[in-house]
Amino acid sequence: MANRIPEDAVEKARRAAERQKLTRHRGLATWGEKLVPLERFRKAVDEAGTALNPEERADARQEYRRPNSEGPAPEAEGPYRRIAVFGGVYNNHCALAALLEEAHRRDAEAVYCLGDLGGFGPHPEKVRPLLEQGAVKTLQGNYEESLASGREDCNCGYTDPRDNHFATLSYRYTEAHCSPEFKAWMGTLPRQRRVRVGSRELLLVHGSPRRINEFLFFSSAPAAYFETLLDQHRCDGLLCTHTGLHWHRRLPSGRDAVNVGVIGRPANDGDPRVWFSILEESRNGIDVELVPLAYDHQGLAEEMRREELPEEFVETILSGWWTTCLEVLPPRERAASKY
Amino acid sequence: MTEPSVRAAPGNDLPPPRVRLAALDTLWFQVAGTVCNLACNHCFISCSPTNRTHEMMSLAEVEGYLVEAVELGVKEYYFTGGEPFLNPAMEAILEATLAVGPANVLTNGLLLDSERCARLRALQDASEYSLDLRVSLDGFDAASNDPIRGEGSFERVLNGVRNLLAAGLNPVLTVTEVHGVSGTEAGKAKFFDLLRGLGADKPRLKVLPVFQIGSEAERGGAYESWQKLRAGEVADDGWEHLQCSSCRMVTDRGVWVCPILVNEPEGKMGETLSDTLGSYPLEHPACWTCHVYGVSCKT
Ligand code: SF4
Ligand code: SF4
Repeated sequence: MANRIPEDAVEKARRAAERQKLTRHRGLATWGEKLVPLERFRKAVDEAGTALNPEERADARQEYRRPNSEGPAPEAEGPYRRIAVFGGVYNNHCALAALLEEAHRRDAEAVYCLGDLGGFGPHPEKVRPLLEQGAVKTLQGNYEESLASGREDCNCGYTDPRDNHFATLSYRYTEAHCSPEFKAWMGTLPRQRRVRVGSRELLLVHGSPRRINEFLFFSSAPAAYFETLLDQHRCDGLLCTHTGLHWHRRLPSGRDAVNVGVIGRPANDGDPRVWFSILEESRNGIDVELVPLAYDHQGLAEEMRREELPEEFVETILSGWWTTCLEVLPPRERAASKY
Repeated sequence: MTEPSVRAAPGNDLPPPRVRLAALDTLWFQVAGTVCNLACNHCFISCSPTNRTHEMMSLAEVEGYLVEAVELGVKEYYFTGGEPFLNPAMEAILEATLAVGPANVLTNGLLLDSERCARLRALQDASEYSLDLRVSLDGFDAASNDPIRGEGSFERVLNGVRNLLAAGLNPVLTVTEVHGVSGTEAGKAKFFDLLRGLGADKPRLKVLPVFQIGSEAERGGAYESWQKLRAGEVADDGWEHLQCSSCRMVTDRGVWVCPILVNEPEGKMGETLSDTLGSYPLEHPACWTCHVYGVSCKT
């Protein structure tokens, strides 16, 4: 064709456009979709926003840390000398039975469960009589919330299609094998409790005091965050679960933040044992012990196979390593995992 | 102010809803200002080598804000730009941050040579908190990525990712939905495969929608006037999904409501974090994207 544009002209135009893209902001600032002289933007910025005077700033900071509910804190249960606390049963009735024995053996005066009764394991209905037998005081987790409100899936929303597949499978299984009465009971569970151990007042939650499904991992939840949270909630310690990984952080103020662990599946460390916590009054406040718990995990694995639950889940029970839904782990915890 | 940066919405004069800061969980730093070694044509804050709308931050500036952040109980720190590693103080800033909490860096991956990656690994190992790196890419291959992010960028990004992996750091690959296919199941599977091919045995991925502001407004079209939020559209306590209910953004020019509105003077709330603990009106059309897509810039 006679009037075809020569290729090097196209290339030249492309390069010119690229150059313009790289240099177009000289002396100019972006304001929304426009370019304006830098000074104009900066002047507008200097006039924008409300800068408080120093006293007002100090007040604002204090106000922010202030207890966030009016009036006295709700009555705390206890005081106890020693309590056992766990989370995440995930239908693991074998571990729950072992836990109740161990709590009794260790002379715990009260036993608390921080929620997530279902998912992952077999036969959800076997959990309920055990909770009653052990007089376990139970909180509502996000799983109970979903089941009680009749949600179609657990709403985990993973990026990896494989994770979503397994999360949905396990939710559907529990959903289908829970009686309406059990689900309704889940809906009546409290979301928080306050418990006294010795002179310390502890706040018990599932995820965090702010959100039932907030993940609090050791490497992603810093001391400063807990100090503020404990100020806001007027307590001396926070007990949570939800992530599946246990830890204890003694804060600079001498207070404690504890993820009590879960008994439904191992802690992604190559050991089939599961974890719970013992909190005990001590001379200088409180002692926190994270306790590994052995149970009949072979028996559970066989039961899971009979129920045709995914072999990936069975592998976790037997090997101690998580095989699915790892993307919620922060880099540090993820690096320590096998998959 | 004479520059109307928010388009008028004719026939709808209800006030915008206001979002309360429920808790200052996430603190962002525009640590490299708007300076970048790329000039991607979907960049919603239009960063480029010559964009000085915001300047680099110094270590001392960042440290001042960290002190205040600790007092307020901030949970996590995010660093962005521009390209954070253009800031010569970046590694010192990360060290200071990792002493008080977890740090996340949003990078384009171009400046991640193996020496730097080894130093980053050492910083991570010295802290009890996590250091997370997020590397941006916009296609499975050079043909789909480079027209957006710049010629040769695909190969250079892959190199950066390889170096991170070799140093034992496992980055999150971040892709926008600039190519529709990226957000689909098949698209995600392809990115996971790409990462595995680079040596990631535990591939990590985040998909983000695009904001129709900045360069993206020119590339993909700006907002329509109906794309605005109005009071009463959502219950007053229904804003948890918006990051402005739990974050603030620090730049060299003060503290802003969120990482998205830094090119709008209306997005600035004050000079210190304590200035910005109040509520913010959702007046900007970008707020519409946040609300409708439930966007969070966090990992
Ligand atoms: S999208 Fe990221 S890499 Fe691209 S120009 Fe903007 S800041 Fe730079
Ligand atoms: S752009 Fe999004 S995060 Fe920012 S103020 Fe609007 S709704 Fe909030």
